[in-house]
Amino acid sequence: MTTILVIYGLLAICLILSLVKSKAKTGKAFKFALKSLMKSLPNLIAVLGLVGLTLGILPPETISRLVGEEAGLLGTFIAAIIGAITLIPSLIAFPLAGSLLRSGSTIMTIAAFVTTLVMVGMVTLPMEITYFGKRFALLRNGLGFLAALVLALLIGVLL
Amino acid sequence: MKGNVKKYIPVLIIGLGFLVLKIWWPQTAADSFRTTVDYVSEMLLILPPVFILMGLLEVWIPKDKIQLWLGKSSGLKGAVLSVLLGTLPTGPLYVAFPLAASLLGKGASVRNMVLFLGSWAALKIPQLMVEIKFLGIGFAALRFIFTLIALVVIGQIMQWVFNNKPEPLWFVQNKSPE
Repeated sequence: MTTILVIYGLLAICLILSLVKSKAKTGKAFKFALKSLMKSLPNLIAVLGLVGLTLGILPPETISRLVGEEAGLLGTFIAAIIGAITLIPSLIAFPLAGSLLRSGSTIMTIAAFVTTLVMVGMVTLPMEITYFGKRFALLRNGLGFLAALVLALLIGVLL
Repeated sequence: MKGNVKKYIPVLIIGLGFLVLKIWWPQTAADSFRTTVDYVSEMLLILPPVFILMGLLEVWIPKDKIQLWLGKSSGLKGAVLSVLLGTLPTGPLYVAFPLAASLLGKGASVRNMVLFLGSWAALKIPQLMVEIKFLGIGFAALRFIFTLIALVVIGQIMQWVFNNKPEPLWFVQNKSPE
């Protein structure tokens, strides 16, 4: 809800400023927006479909079973992989992580899951590649995954 | 026209995936479909204003300004600005891709865009609130600090890689819609 308010608030302010300064330029901005949107649309639909598919195949209950079954480092690694593959909104992901913690998963495993979840996006990778090229997207996600593993280790040791 | 059809191939493949699920695992297919519909309705609400903002950015902010604020020589100020822009409560990461690509095309540095995308995904303020509630403030604070450090390191590495071997690919898709 806050998200929507912030975006529309920002848009309203910018739009008013733009209209006051020049109607012609504002029109150009709209044209540009429409063209970019049409170009991005196929990718966006594909990503959303992919997100839906992964969440359907790997619902929170399945994830919690997969992560909870294996203790120790293997469990941590599985959590990292699942976090990297899936794209779960934070409103579902953090309660899930909390319940995993209560049911006996280690902090390291939780940290691995949460950090890869937010830093690595396998489902959004194809889209990232079309915007930034292969090298940028693969480097960003690959380095993100490594960083997430280090982070998980550090948080696990420190907490 | 051929290019347009080609662009929808991923959508077709995903659609096929749904069909396969529908036949063998109807329950999973129903769950997947419901989730997708949820996401699509969220997207329909968020995308139009984001793309209009992008359009306004395109026509109003000159290239040299972006270079000055977010370019290679923007230093610490550029980095802080990138992180702040990323942490604003503004929706899922796929919304940030066109924005970041647009900024890159206008002269923002690779390091700053890695910071922007990374904090957009990992350091969002509303997301932190949920995290504190379910995993505690200690966990959230540690993750925040370490993630920030990691993003700076990743950004620096990527800046270095792209300085040495530039890949002028970004934003070709969106730039100058003929």
